[in-house]
Amino acid sequence: MLRFAIQRLLGAIPTLLVLITLAFFLIRLAPGGPFDTEKTLPPEIEANLRAAYNLDESLPVQLGRYLWNLAQGDFGPSFQYRDFTVTELIATGFPVSLRLGSLAMALALVLGISAGTLAALRQNRPVDYTVMGAAMTGISIPNFVLAPLLVLVFAIWLRWLPAGGLGDGSLRFVVLPVIALALPQVAYIARLTRGSMIEVLRSPFTRTARAQGLPTRTVILRHALKPALLPVVSYLGPALAAIITGSVVVEQIFGVPGLGRFFVQGALNRDYTLVMGVVVFYGSLIIALNFLVDLVYGWLDPRLRHG
Amino acid sequence: MNAGTGSVAPPGRSLWSDAWVVLRRNRAAMTALCLLGGMTVLVLVGPLLSPFTYDGTDWDQISSPPSLANGHWFGTDGLGRDLFVRTLYGGRISLLVGAVATAVSLLIGISYGAVAGYVGGRTDQVMMRIVDILYALPFMFLVILLMVLFGRHIVLIFFAIGAINWLDMARIVRGQALSLRGKEYVDAARAAGVRGGRIIRRHIVPNLLGVVIVYATLTVPQVILVESFLSFLGLGVQEPMTSWGALVNEGAQELENAPWMLLFPAVSLALTLFCFNFVGDGLRDALDPRDRSA
Repeated sequence: MLRFAIQRLLGAIPTLLVLITLAFFLIRLAPGGPFDTEKTLPPEIEANLRAAYNLDESLPVQLGRYLWNLAQGDFGPSFQYRDFTVTELIATGFPVSLRLGSLAMALALVLGISAGTLAALRQNRPVDYTVMGAAMTGISIPNFVLAPLLVLVFAIWLRWLPAGGLGDGSLRFVVLPVIALALPQVAYIARLTRGSMIEVLRSPFTRTARAQGLPTRTVILRHALKPALLPVVSYLGPALAAIITGSVVVEQIFGVPGLGRFFVQGALNRDYTLVMGVVVFYGSLIIALNFLVDLVYGWLDPRLRHG
Repeated sequence: MNAGTGSVAPPGRSLWSDAWVVLRRNRAAMTALCLLGGMTVLVLVGPLLSPFTYDGTDWDQISSPPSLANGHWFGTDGLGRDLFVRTLYGGRISLLVGAVATAVSLLIGISYGAVAGYVGGRTDQVMMRIVDILYALPFMFLVILLMVLFGRHIVLIFFAIGAINWLDMARIVRGQALSLRGKEYVDAARAAGVRGGRIIRRHIVPNLLGVVIVYATLTVPQVILVESFLSFLGLGVQEPMTSWGALVNEGAQELENAPWMLLFPAVSLALTLFCFNFVGDGLRDALDPRDRSA
């Protein structure tokens, strides 16, 4: 298991470096700079500004400096929010996004796995068709379409829930954003669970368990669920990436002051360091959590770690 | 051995004819296919049937709700532009992106995967390692960066989206190519002195097409989705040209006063994605023997 873990870790590090380098050069290649304003600055001032932010050095040196600072948890100063460092901005935005994201993930897992199992148990019957039809609908409605529709129905027409913002931070304000983030993932997870559950229910060991006279409940929970969840576990990585990406638009629509909004605004303002910071931060988060998912998968499926 | 007059050779049952039979029986997939066909015709011909243009303002009908009387079947937006025509134009863009970006991703994915799988060995390991690394990158963020940095030219959108969606295809093609390279007819071709490039083109790729078509169909809704996502953020096609994502964005801002501005493009987008997913699923059942249960 340790060897397996080290192997996976060695895979994650180059990915991270590629990500940082790619983002770094993409941003530097861009036309237009962080100090473009309506008034052209006198050349001396601009030169001083560039020197202050180390933009006058050669690109490899800048990249090296950036990596070195990053290793110490320093994302550099923000170019647009002059009084803040990027680390501070991430520290304000991320907890908000984290709350939304983890609630959405939990909802997606619970709903998706139960719906998928239910459909598998009633294969080719009305319940199955209903669940799978709903899942297909969920997959086909992107969250930036779902979100305004939810606002329209539940906030404007029915007036049950607030349309946006964080308000006093109570749960009512996160219900709609969380649903908008979670539903497409519920659909994917339900489909995956159903497919693998059907396969597991056909396999000899579940038949044996049933032949021993165990109630269906026990067969499902004690014997079938764990192997049936393997594809779901391997989907956790992409699900996570989808939720993080989705949070960019969902935060925009609901006016939630999370990291996704910083990203979009930073991108529009050419706030190099902020955009880089968010890409690197979310990128490392995805890579790190994928690493954890790999470990869990190896733990669940011995064939993999001994293979 | 003599092909006597009375004996007629039984009609061949190719993979394709078998698949067509299975697909025809799948009512959901066939309905979806017909809907998509209808949608394609509509976005191409529909704008000609309306007296309005996608960027023309009808000064008497600003923010008009849908109405048959004034000819704005889907209503108009805050600038008095006809939403029926705009929705159809948005559909053109979305379907075009679906086709072109998928083609780009096919081209890259098939060549990359077929080479890796056919050559095998260390080349394969290195090439697939690169795919693994790219796979873990949060591509949506990089595309957003790309669009912000290099402007919003439509050709760039096509290629940027196509260029990030080839990884799945490369993996699938590589796996298939790996199993095909050991087949007798490939050995025979090699023994006859055919070069690698030609073997890949003549023997490997044609035999991959079944799987490729399935995943291409499933790639189309993905790329349409990415384009709409970018347009929604205001990074896609530029005004006055429009796309479904951009229309949904405009609609989302006028939710309270003009819900029709959201509903029509949202339904069109969702319906299209829905149909593509159904056709893809149907094709998978028909063409991909591995995955019959799901």
